[in-house]
Amino acid sequence: MAEAHPVGFQWVMEAKARGAKVIHVDPRFSRTSALADLYVPLRAGSDIAFLGGVVNYILSNDKCFREYVVVYTNASFIVTEGFRDTEDLDGLFSGYDPETASYDMTTWQYEGMEGTHAAGRRPSGEAREQAAGLQHESGGPPLHGERAQPRSDPTLQHPRCVYQILKRHFARYTPRLVEETCGIPPEQFRQVCEAWTENSGRERTTAVVYAVGWTQHSVGVQYIRTAAVIQLLLGNMGRPGGGIMAMRGHTSIQGSTDIPTLFNLLPGYLPMPSASTHQDLSAYIESIRGDKQKGFWRNADAYTISLLKEYWGDAATADNDYCFDYLPRLTGDHGTYRTAMDMVDGKVYGFFLLGQNPAVGSAHGRLQRLGMANLDWLVVRDLAMIESATFWKDSPEIETGEIVPEQCRTEVFFMPAASHVEKEGTFTQTQRMLQWREKAVEPSGDQRSELWFFYHLGKRLKQRLADSTDERDRPVQDLNWDYEVHGDEPSAESVLRAINGHDLRTGRVLDGYMQLKADGSTSCGCWIYSGVFAGGINQAARRKPRDQQDATALEWGWVWPYNRRILYNRASADPQGRPWSERKRYVWWDEEKGEWTGHDVPDFEKTKPPTYVPPEDAVGVEALRGDDPFVMQADGKGWLYVPNGLQDGPMPTHYEPHESLFRNPFYSQQGNPTRKVYGRPDNPSNPAPPEPNADVFPFVFTTSRLTEHHTAGGMSRWLPYLSELQPEMFVEVSPELARERGLDHLGWAHVVTSRTAIECRVVVTDRLTPLRVQDRLVHQVWLPYHWGTVGLVTGESANDLFGVALDPNVLIQETKVATCDVQPGRRPRGRALLDYVEGYRRRAGITVETGTRLATVGPLVDRAHLEGAHDPEIGPASEEEGER
Amino acid sequence: MTEHSLFGPLEDVAADAGHAEHPPRVGFFTDTSICIGCKACEVACKEWNLVPDDGFTLLGMSYDNTGNLGANTWRHVAFIEQELPLGRRPPPFEGTPTGPSGTGEVAEAVAAGLERVEHRGAELGTEPVEPRPAPVDLGMPSFELPGARTGAEGRQEFRWLMASDVCKHCTHAGCLDVCPTGALFRTEFGTVVVQQDICNGCGYCVSGCPYGVIDRREGDGRAWKCTLCYDRLHDGLEPACAKACPTNSIQFGPLDELREHAQQRVEQLHADGVPEARLYGEDPHDGVGGNGAFFLLLDEPEVYGLPPDPVVPTRDLPRIWRYAGAAALAFVTAAVSVFVEGRKR
Amino acid sequence: MTRRWRLRERASDAGARDRLAAVFTRVRRPGDAGRDRAAGDRHLRAVDGEEDGRQPGRLDRPRGERRGADGSREASMVPRADFRSYYGRPVLKTPVWKDDIAYYFFLGGLSAGSSMLAAGADLTGRPALRRGTRIASLGSLALGSFYLVHDLGRPERFHHMLRVAKPTSPMSVGTWILVGYGPGIGLAAASELMPRRLRATRLGRLLGALARPGNLASAALAPAVASYTAALLSQTAVPAWNEAHEELPFVFTASAAASAGGLGMIVAPLAEAGPARRLAAYGSVVELAASRRMEGRLGLVAEAFATGKAHRYLRLATGLTAAGGLGAMLLARHSRLAAAASGAALLAGSFYERLGILHAGVQSTEDPKYVVEPQRRRIEESGPTRVDG
Repeated sequence: MAEAHPVGFQWVMEAKARGAKVIHVDPRFSRTSALADLYVPLRAGSDIAFLGGVVNYILSNDKCFREYVVVYTNASFIVTEGFRDTEDLDGLFSGYDPETASYDMTTWQYEGMEGTHAAGRRPSGEAREQAAGLQHESGGPPLHGERAQPRSDPTLQHPRCVYQILKRHFARYTPRLVEETCGIPPEQFRQVCEAWTENSGRERTTAVVYAVGWTQHSVGVQYIRTAAVIQLLLGNMGRPGGGIMAMRGHTSIQGSTDIPTLFNLLPGYLPMPSASTHQDLSAYIESIRGDKQKGFWRNADAYTISLLKEYWGDAATADNDYCFDYLPRLTGDHGTYRTAMDMVDGKVYGFFLLGQNPAVGSAHGRLQRLGMANLDWLVVRDLAMIESATFWKDSPEIETGEIVPEQCRTEVFFMPAASHVEKEGTFTQTQRMLQWREKAVEPSGDQRSELWFFYHLGKRLKQRLADSTDERDRPVQDLNWDYEVHGDEPSAESVLRAINGHDLRTGRVLDGYMQLKADGSTSCGCWIYSGVFAGGINQAARRKPRDQQDATALEWGWVWPYNRRILYNRASADPQGRPWSERKRYVWWDEEKGEWTGHDVPDFEKTKPPTYVPPEDAVGVEALRGDDPFVMQADGKGWLYVPNGLQDGPMPTHYEPHESLFRNPFYSQQGNPTRKVYGRPDNPSNPAPPEPNADVFPFVFTTSRLTEHHTAGGMSRWLPYLSELQPEMFVEVSPELARERGLDHLGWAHVVTSRTAIECRVVVTDRLTPLRVQDRLVHQVWLPYHWGTVGLVTGESANDLFGVALDPNVLIQETKVATCDVQPGRRPRGRALLDYVEGYRRRAGITVETGTRLATVGPLVDRAHLEGAHDPEIGPASEEEGER
Repeated sequence: MTEHSLFGPLEDVAADAGHAEHPPRVGFFTDTSICIGCKACEVACKEWNLVPDDGFTLLGMSYDNTGNLGANTWRHVAFIEQELPLGRRPPPFEGTPTGPSGTGEVAEAVAAGLERVEHRGAELGTEPVEPRPAPVDLGMPSFELPGARTGAEGRQEFRWLMASDVCKHCTHAGCLDVCPTGALFRTEFGTVVVQQDICNGCGYCVSGCPYGVIDRREGDGRAWKCTLCYDRLHDGLEPACAKACPTNSIQFGPLDELREHAQQRVEQLHADGVPEARLYGEDPHDGVGGNGAFFLLLDEPEVYGLPPDPVVPTRDLPRIWRYAGAAALAFVTAAVSVFVEGRKR
Repeated sequence: MTRRWRLRERASDAGARDRLAAVFTRVRRPGDAGRDRAAGDRHLRAVDGEEDGRQPGRLDRPRGERRGADGSREASMVPRADFRSYYGRPVLKTPVWKDDIAYYFFLGGLSAGSSMLAAGADLTGRPALRRGTRIASLGSLALGSFYLVHDLGRPERFHHMLRVAKPTSPMSVGTWILVGYGPGIGLAAASELMPRRLRATRLGRLLGALARPGNLASAALAPAVASYTAALLSQTAVPAWNEAHEELPFVFTASAAASAGGLGMIVAPLAEAGPARRLAAYGSVVELAASRRMEGRLGLVAEAFATGKAHRYLRLATGLTAAGGLGAMLLARHSRLAAAASGAALLAGSFYERLGILHAGVQSTEDPKYVVEPQRRRIEESGPTRVDG
């Protein structure tokens, strides 16, 4: 955190000064470790084993916050008889379909709720294709069944209750196995377990902070799930000083999923309709909410229809399904990596790049660049001429002859972008807080804001299509596209107002999503943001200094939903509505006033008493009990066990990374059986057990950021004051590895994978240590990934080393762990590089099938997941590709 | 000129410099025990003071690619990797199969590289250290069995020290004393600043500074160093580096207050099991009469590139002139005598 | 003013102070005490250097042997075993002065010595010696001043030296000495250069009249001109120069005497060159003696004089000065040629002496050991420098 988020780290330092204990777990000793009270090195990619060990410690030593767990989590709920755990199936859960490498979740459900409602559920394979897991960020997936209240056993004794299932599932995660898997000595592990549990409960809370590197694994979502399980068991959710904080990699990344730049989402985490199952609006709505489910997602119809009204205004009427058919439909995986491969395959003609530099920042840079080199046109909007705009003349593929500038047919349009100080608008940070930003200076030269770009692009498209009679142009013709403008710059405030939503009858802005109607009388661009303009005031622009208000600082910016600083903060009070402790008093039930009150906006219906028990037939918000704090969840509870929605299992399980040196010590199932792989010649994988020859790439490597640079470098490599601080690409190795490989400090070395080899300077440092894993000594090396071929300082890109293997829930690539070889000296140049890498592939016996056999249990072993029919020979891009 | 104008504790530097009415002396207390090495101070300083970049070269001194203070670097963050314990923290690599530390070899490689460049890299920036001839490939590593390397003889302890260095704004400033043009002057805040419209680049201050802070800028010819953001002080703002420091490792304020805080901080660290915490440059009785910018260090000063016991050259001023006088006298005597003798012949 | 920024500072960084306060009032939790002591002791032992092999006893300077190969925990940041530094980087800045400054030192000294010889020659009726030394004195002064200005980072601003007179700055003092010194010798030399036919004119007579007082005035300041440059070098943080402040002035003045004597032996006929020879003899002897004492007394820093460029220059200087000195004493009386040769040797010797000393200073800043070691020793022997009052 000190490394990638130094400004945020000031608060950690402040907590430390007040006595907080800071623990840092990281494969490499970073600037954060330097200030931590306890540093724990671990093998990259073994986090679930580590956290699972903590879960086991909590459950087997009965360290959980029982009152909290029994009432606020789904620990007591009973799961179907059909459910089989990884313990029973040697690493798989029940419902696995080897054909589609996905799960049918029917048997995972609560008893009595198992998928009677088949209509909405997408085929499991398709759900995986569409990263359905990502569609539940603002609340759990739907539950279907004849009752809102699942069957439960508050004594937690029932063998099929979640608590017992969890206990059995994690019983295997002993300190011994943790050591064998992560390389963490038991003593250090014990210290972590004790610190975490001792610092949780009524009087104390513990927070988990992770940087998004945690998500960049083939089991990334389950990493965070494991942390969530621990935090729920210890009662650290919905309470001050608790929670799980995601340190985003980029300004307003939270905002870019709230109002998504993702293929499978509409604003507010409404899923993008799917061609196969969402023929009409009602089918769509029924599929995204359970017919009997609890909570605010029950009102998904109001959210959806209000969004459609915002999109298409008066054209959207009840008769035409509010223009639901105008929405595009998903037909499969349209994720960024799929798209890159489709570019290579010539299926994509045009491409927009906005503030993103895939040529450096995305996994498998070569694939990205060859893809972009095969487009008709490419629009790049950025602050500087980044590699993704210049790849056609200076990418590494020029040197190898795979791209020939004279013949590269891609027409690149570079649009200089206005920087954050040259435009107004909001940032949404990791606390879900929207903060308004004024324009400080006018954009210089031709630089323009994204808002300007898309507003005028939209206007021109509407002009071009104004007279069209083609049915397919209707969505654009009917599009509601009137925003206030200052000069030719659209007003960001008017856009934010539209996002907040209006009452279409009175024209008044709404005060929150509770006011949204399903009858077309309201419009709202993003239901969770509704309220940011409450009372007609730009709430995001509030800036009352912290010394003029209490610690919650409710009058600084605005947090969705309803300015609640801590989500699910009903859990900060006990079931009776009293604070768990004076020390941790936050939100509580005021008996006299008969309402919820406290330091924060209660994340609960204000006047619903703690004792409230809904009638049997109640659904939706009404069905929420007085002690159901997790109001977005379909059952009002925190989920220790996920009965529906996660592609790779209801509970986290340790799987080895896609590329690993080790056999999974827990089960025969080696890797995530549902991970997305793309078996094709241009996306080779290093072998992992049980495949042979893993040792051809004998080291584990991971990448991360340096404080001095910003991700792919677009915002730092052009600035002298930052570039001089980290001027050159380097690889960090331990002294042990340096001696073993004959690497000299500040000398040259090159790092090799089955994709390519990159060269960089060697930095030998005690900050890296070898680990002992499964009776073998494993070396880990670390690489920053900020450099490319242009800018004040240049260097080879670490992301070129990775292949494409994705987490099935969110289609995020595994770029935080892979295997490699490290050799002294510089890499071969030109064509020789291709032959050199080919040599490695030959030695490792890599074919197109390598790494695509997802299931490694029993009879399923030999099913490879390939793309069409490919000859298994993997070589450098063929001549035709070269001639592009 | 008062008793301790040249040397020794000086109650009121600004007054001694002739500022009748003046604000209290201000300065920095840099608490290196909470520095996270983000270098925000370096960048903020350059941004505010329009200091040019210092060259784009990988120095291999941990994460320090700036090297040292100079005309183009007024804040410099040092990074020191040591095989030493830190406070009560358990050994970071306890129980891992480590071998001997590589710190020594790293330092040797860097020192060897520095020796190859002019002035050992003391001039602005420095040349990138040339790689040694590529060593032979030892082939595939053999995975050893446990016990082959019992962590016993291996490195276990580790700490990473980070420290933001800056001009010390000495009570008795060597640079200021020797400046022949009056370009360097003592401000009403008790700080030491170069007037760039006066400096003629004689370079005397460069050799006058016992800390090696001030330097002459290539291509510009004038001497440059930290001004403690004199312009910002005038507008009631704290210096850019202190403003930018996220963890408050760089603290700005009236010197007396800072000294008080620093004392408490040291005592607290000692209580917390960090006995090696010590203050550097805060003592008004030291060789430079105390620094306007002083530090809390966790190791000997020289480990951070600071002189262990700096003394302002001006201390020796009287003696130096006495010897010079004697030599001059001898010269005269000689010159006269050669002619006197001459008479006899 | 004060209040202003303090108030604003608070506002400009809301909570900075309570943050600060928080740092200082860290709560200690029960159970810490014991571990504190343990850790504390560990460190204290480490500080005392009585640490068993398990614990790195490097909080104190790792004097003596360094156990590298056997995997000991050597924390020294520099390969040399006997002291620690930051990656072997210099602590001090290397002087920015180029060789120009050494040329000036030489020429300034030459000018000073010559003007004194000239004065003597004038008073004792040695016209040839007088004439030669006066002209040489002005010439070397002019050339020296050129190098002096040329070495500035901003030569066009050389006159800024005249803005102030600063007793704490030998360079400032020296500037004013030169200001006083120049005109007199200028007049004297001018009168020597005055063409015969103009001597009769009013101007000529005036110059003739002013020549002696001018020369005397300059001669009076000459010893200062020759010696202040030593003070200038000594009043720096440069170890080789600062620690040599006892001998440096003698080396410089003697070297000036030697060079001037040498010059006199070249310009004056044997009959008139007696004083020059004696001055040269005196100069060379004292110069050699002083520099021997210096290099003997300085200890570690003497290394800076005995290595690299400095060493080469100083060896040349010694040889030439010795030769020139002997020549002046033994041969110069008999042969004009030998006198000229010895004179030239003395001039060269004096020149290299200054170059050598300049480079010794530069070298003593390039290696941190010249800064750290003496200061460490000082601390060990008598504790850190401390002034009471």
